[in-house]
Amino acid sequence: LGMTPALADPHPDAELVVNGEITIPTRGTAPAYLDGHLTELYSGWLFREDETRAMQMDDFDNPAMVFTDAGLEAWDTVEGTEGKSCATCHHEIESMAGVRAAMPKYNEKAGDLWSLEEYINACRTERMGAEKLKWNSDKMKAMTLALSIQSRGMPISVNIDGPSKPYWEQGREIYYTRYGQLEMSCANCHEDNWGNMIRADHLSQGHINAFPVYRLKDAGVVSIHQRFVGCVRDTRAETFEAGSPEFKALELYVASRGVGLAIEGAGVRP
Amino acid sequence: MLRHAVFAACAVTVLAGQTWAEIAPADIVWQEGAIAQPLADQPGDPESGKKIMTTNALGNCVACHLIGTMPDVQFQGNIGPALDGAASRYTEAQLRGIVVDSKKTFEGTEMPAMYKTSGFIRPGNAYTGKAAPADLPPILSAQQIEDVVAYLLTLKE
Ligand code: HEC
Ligand code: HEC
Ligand code: HEC
Repeated sequence: LGMTPALADPHPDAELVVNGEITIPTRGTAPAYLDGHLTELYSGWLFREDETRAMQMDDFDNPAMVFTDAGLEAWDTVEGTEGKSCATCHHEIESMAGVRAAMPKYNEKAGDLWSLEEYINACRTERMGAEKLKWNSDKMKAMTLALSIQSRGMPISVNIDGPSKPYWEQGREIYYTRYGQLEMSCANCHEDNWGNMIRADHLSQGHINAFPVYRLKDAGVVSIHQRFVGCVRDTRAETFEAGSPEFKALELYVASRGVGLAIEGAGVRP
Repeated sequence: MLRHAVFAACAVTVLAGQTWAEIAPADIVWQEGAIAQPLADQPGDPESGKKIMTTNALGNCVACHLIGTMPDVQFQGNIGPALDGAASRYTEAQLRGIVVDSKKTFEGTEMPAMYKTSGFIRPGNAYTGKAAPADLPPILSAQQIEDVVAYLLTLKE
């Protein structure tokens, strides 16, 4: 009947090479702190159909690139009362290579764990005199996309020690909590059942290395926290909000589960 | 006296001129993971059971289970075992118990409890992502549970 187990496994040998030049590893060895819950890491890209995978291999075919271009343009655009653009201080956006790979990151000055969205907003409000962007606004997604592609192919390198540790532990706690009326945790789907089918959906390991992703079903870009909202909502639970302390902690933990994989943003998903 | 006790243990529903008694989730008598007594007065309807099992917003059993007797239903999942022959492996009382709250049979299982109204962490209002109302209804009604059990009972090896 329908799916055979072989079809449901991650693709055995597909290689992700974007534009024929950027080779991105999509398999890796799980970090020791996962205590064997995962041994091999597989990017979500390996669980998608041939056509969807192909779209992510060519920027001309990748629908996220329209938004990425808007982000690249915004980088050079003066906004706010100080007459500055991002480029005024940071120069070429290529200077941001590696930044997305280390997010979320503890911010000493703020004394808090910050996602990429918060670093962007801090520069806008404190340095440019521009208004804050909403977490899931198109403008914010365009900027996180433009910044993410500067890290394409770079290994995820989040820090989980020192002041980051309590956030990581909170994130792990959330990851294993069985929320909602369906009483399901992230681990129930993405650790215990990756490779299996839940109705029409082929479950991946739930990594965030490909985010922000373009989702064909929504004809739009989905942020990391937006995906978390969707997954928690699907357990018939009251979700946490995008930008909440809970989802930032979860973001750090989920990112750390993918240490061994590389940044792919902008991914393409069905 | 006796009538009183029976009424206290039952929620009485009046619908379309019919009156029947239902056993509320909190009043279920468990024997291990099994429930001998039907939860509703009306016998289960397997046809309705099939519909409930294949409807996303209801039982959505096919999200996790293959059911060979429903070849017309596309995209059946494989989180749990195939349900073919379930009635040869379990008694009616055991099947009722599994559908009501499978965790009483399979400790720690992924399978959600279909007839349970409390003990959740951040329960939501169905699939809205918003908080659940104070009187959170179970995923399936007492009658719907009986309908699903009736369908499962047709799954003989
Ligand atoms: C007036 C100067 C200035 C402008 C304009 C500016 N930034 Fe920054 N930005 C900084 C400084 C300084 C830091 C480092 C802050 C720190 O390390 O505490 C920074 C840090 C960052 C970081 C974090 C980098 C890291 O390695 O952690 C990001 C991301 C960022 N900026 C993005 C932007 C974006 C996007 C814009 C435009 C919307 C922008 N910045 C505009 C000065 C600026
Ligand atoms: C009821 C099942 C279920 C639960 C519980 C669940 N997810 Fe998901 N998740 C899915 C499905 C289905 C998809 C889409 C297919 C895929 O990539 O696995 C998905 C996708 C994702 C993705 C995108 C992966 C990619 O490469 O596109 C991330 C990230 C994710 N989930 C994280 C989480 C986190 C974190 C939690 C817990 C807060 C969680 N999920 C809980 C079912 C679930
Ligand atoms: C989210 C996944 C999920 C859903 C939805 C689900 N189940 Fe299950 N079910 C399971 C799993 C997993 C098991 C195996 C029990 C274990 O954990 O050992 C199971 C076991 C069973 C069994 C015992 C099968 C056997 O042969 O041992 C029956 C019967 C059953 N489920 C019926 C149902 C019915 C009926 C529904 C819908 C009303 C349903 N399930 C919905 C996951 C699910």
